[in-house]
Amino acid sequence: MPVDDLSRFKQTYFDESAELLAVAEAGLLRLAPGGVDMDEVNAIFRAVHSIKGGGGAFGFGELVAFAHEFETVMDGVRNADIPVTTGLVDTLIRANDVLAQMLSYAADGTEAPAGTTDDTVAALRRFLGKADPAPGAAAPPPEPAALLPDDEDDEAGIFGDALAAIQAARDDRPAAALPGAIPDGKVRWTIVFRPKAELLLSGNEPTYMLRALRRLGEAEIVCHLDRLPSLRDLDAELLHLSWTVTLLADAGVDRARIDDVFEFVADDCDIRISAEAPPPAVIPPAEAVSANAAPANLPEPAAPTAAPAAPPAATTSSPSGPPPGGAKPKANGNGGDHAGPTTHTIRVDLDKIDRLVNMVGEMVITQAMIAEHLRDLPPGQFQELREGLEGLAQHTRELRESVMSIRAQPVSSVFSRMPRLVRECAAATGKEVMLVTSGETTEVDKTVVENLVDPLTHMIRNSIDHGLEGPDERERIGKPRAGTVHLSAAHRSGRIVIEVTDDGRGINRAKVLSKAIEKGLVQPGASLSDEEIDHLIFLPGFSTADQVSNLSGRGVGMDVVRRNISSLGGRIGVYSAPGEGSRFVLSLPLTLAVLDGMVISVGEERFVLPLTNIVESLRPKPADLHGLVNKCDVMMARGEYVRLVHLHRLFGIPRAIDDATRGLVVLVETEDGSRLGLVVDEVLGQQQVVIKSLEANFRRLDGVAAATILGDGRVALILDVAGLREMSRHSGTTTTAPTTTSALPALQDQADQRQRQPV
Amino acid sequence: MKKTVMTVDDSRTMRDMVSFTLRGAGYDVVEAADGQQAMSAIATRKVDLVITDLNMPVMDGLSLIRKLRAIPAHRTLPILMLTTEADDSKKAEGRAAGATGWIVKPFNPDKLVSVVQKVCG
Repeated sequence: MPVDDLSRFKQTYFDESAELLAVAEAGLLRLAPGGVDMDEVNAIFRAVHSIKGGGGAFGFGELVAFAHEFETVMDGVRNADIPVTTGLVDTLIRANDVLAQMLSYAADGTEAPAGTTDDTVAALRRFLGKADPAPGAAAPPPEPAALLPDDEDDEAGIFGDALAAIQAARDDRPAAALPGAIPDGKVRWTIVFRPKAELLLSGNEPTYMLRALRRLGEAEIVCHLDRLPSLRDLDAELLHLSWTVTLLADAGVDRARIDDVFEFVADDCDIRISAEAPPPAVIPPAEAVSANAAPANLPEPAAPTAAPAAPPAATTSSPSGPPPGGAKPKANGNGGDHAGPTTHTIRVDLDKIDRLVNMVGEMVITQAMIAEHLRDLPPGQFQELREGLEGLAQHTRELRESVMSIRAQPVSSVFSRMPRLVRECAAATGKEVMLVTSGETTEVDKTVVENLVDPLTHMIRNSIDHGLEGPDERERIGKPRAGTVHLSAAHRSGRIVIEVTDDGRGINRAKVLSKAIEKGLVQPGASLSDEEIDHLIFLPGFSTADQVSNLSGRGVGMDVVRRNISSLGGRIGVYSAPGEGSRFVLSLPLTLAVLDGMVISVGEERFVLPLTNIVESLRPKPADLHGLVNKCDVMMARGEYVRLVHLHRLFGIPRAIDDATRGLVVLVETEDGSRLGLVVDEVLGQQQVVIKSLEANFRRLDGVAAATILGDGRVALILDVAGLREMSRHSGTTTTAPTTTSALPALQDQADQRQRQPV
Repeated sequence: MKKTVMTVDDSRTMRDMVSFTLRGAGYDVVEAADGQQAMSAIATRKVDLVITDLNMPVMDGLSLIRKLRAIPAHRTLPILMLTTEADDSKKAEGRAAGATGWIVKPFNPDKLVSVVQKVCG
């Protein structure tokens, strides 16, 4: 069955439809009264049109019927018959949603609940300005009534009612012969086919039509040469022949099948078709036919000398004529902006890319290893080797960047969802909001992009719900009625920085503080800086909305945002000015596969600290150090006390420097801004490291984010600063942490193994 | 000798289906995502039939048909337009532009093959 054949394309269809829905939605959100961009409208129309087209092929009748309604209205917009109003855009957006629903029902293979589309269809039809053109809500593609009468075409693929309608139209034709009267046996058809001379120039080839007739039964074909000019006058591009075909076909071959053969040329040719039923019980012999043996009910074939094919009355155009009805004002998509996303791209399974990323990671490590070994060679020798290695290093770097860029995606795929959200939030809160976005083309790793959706959604809701004032209030204090939310993205020193800025009332610090005290998050009487108060909103369970609104005030707000962001290796900060607005700043690594780190040593161990966490490193003087009894050591750094964490104590590493004045203290900052001093032996240098999941290869360890392999083949742990702070808080001054000591020897083994591997 | 059919459609689904169906019926198929791509592709290889969608970005189907017909070598090249817009004016427009015929979407594979046979054997 055809439908089975096609089912293999369903996944392509659903994938593509999802892209098209996004295109349509983006376009619809930009659609506004006044200044309608025709390219945009065309792109939306095309999207809906393509979804409908594919849906029909798979027999998704209801979906197609609905898409048709949607498309009809879009067509009206395209032809400027339907003015663009806010109401229209709202309805179209809803229609896009319903279309998405219908697609997901189709994808699940379930029926859409009855009435899923009714409201939207009714709403859409209201814009057509006339009563339902085709009654019967859920009818499959209701081909507009005007399309039916042309009985020469379209017989093929139209499903359902449309097919029936065409059939009905066909049956009404007085000229239709009545082969049905014969119970079995054959019907003899006589077809006189006089194409007009220019037929070939439309690309039609009579030979193929005659062959098509032959496929319907036993055909005898007589070619008439009467109009053939002398060779001198012959124009090879014109057609001078005509034919009479006598076709003996099964009764099952009806008039439509024969009409179908001449589908494309019926208007331009003189075609006469008639049928003759055989006398009962007599099988008509094939020799009974010739061009002149006209069956009884056949109009005498026009004399061969007759004037060349007068086209049937319905013909209104000739191939060279001007396009009738083509004068409608439309910009047939020449805009490259909204061109289909399919051009010049290939789809690759993500696993394949990840394998590639992995291999490149291994290569980076191998290359670093070779470089390490080469450094030990006596200088001045092996010059070619050194040069070769430099080239290798360069290419490896480029390869890594290229591979990473395959996974990179513009943040626009996330940003493009936000106008919708803003629209909804604005409607729900009764506020007027303008969303400004910039830097949509900034690229970042796919995983990062995907994980940005939730945090950004929450932050924008938060800005609208808590940040922006209502329009009346804004007017009173001299601000424009509509608040502005600015969403921006930019690359900054190897990270992507995303900012959500609003021009609302800013963080109400008094309220935040009292709320925090009330919730027991802050001791009463504690003195906090403005910045510290602002950051209280990131604490779990904190929510300032007096009443829980259905938008953001569920108390699972900003702490979840912060957790999501930090799980991506990112940080979030807030800057707020009362009365002027707030700015949330997210900073994220561009990729989750490579990290800029600082390699430090503790005893024999190497660790990597993410560069983003590091504030500075310094060697304290004895006077800077203070011991708190039974608590922990603190250090005075830049005028504030910072807790010291001895990594060797935390991880139980022997032969490490314990005295901070002889080693170094690396001052690090967690994403919530609290600082910590890590006591290390030495800072070895900055390096890009390939992140290897510890969970996947070993198990989760406290205070450790991941692992990496250094140039010398050793496994180094990448430290998780926030985790270290938690550990140090709990372990206090204990010199060793028994739970973690057991972990490291195992890793040491791995490192040894690694070293033993041949390079 | 295998005949080559070019399918021009901005919808990947459609291109896939046309290709699959026609390859199954013994044709070679080349694909293009819009009129422009079709024009550049047809300059480099022999094509026996073009099946084009009408609504496409960059260069739509009617423009493609007109451009092809303006090239002497393609004056008699069969060109089928693929459309869901089964109205007369579209067809007349297509015909005026020089289309050989049309296939109305959605189509089933048998119909596609039979139409293709009808215009290019």
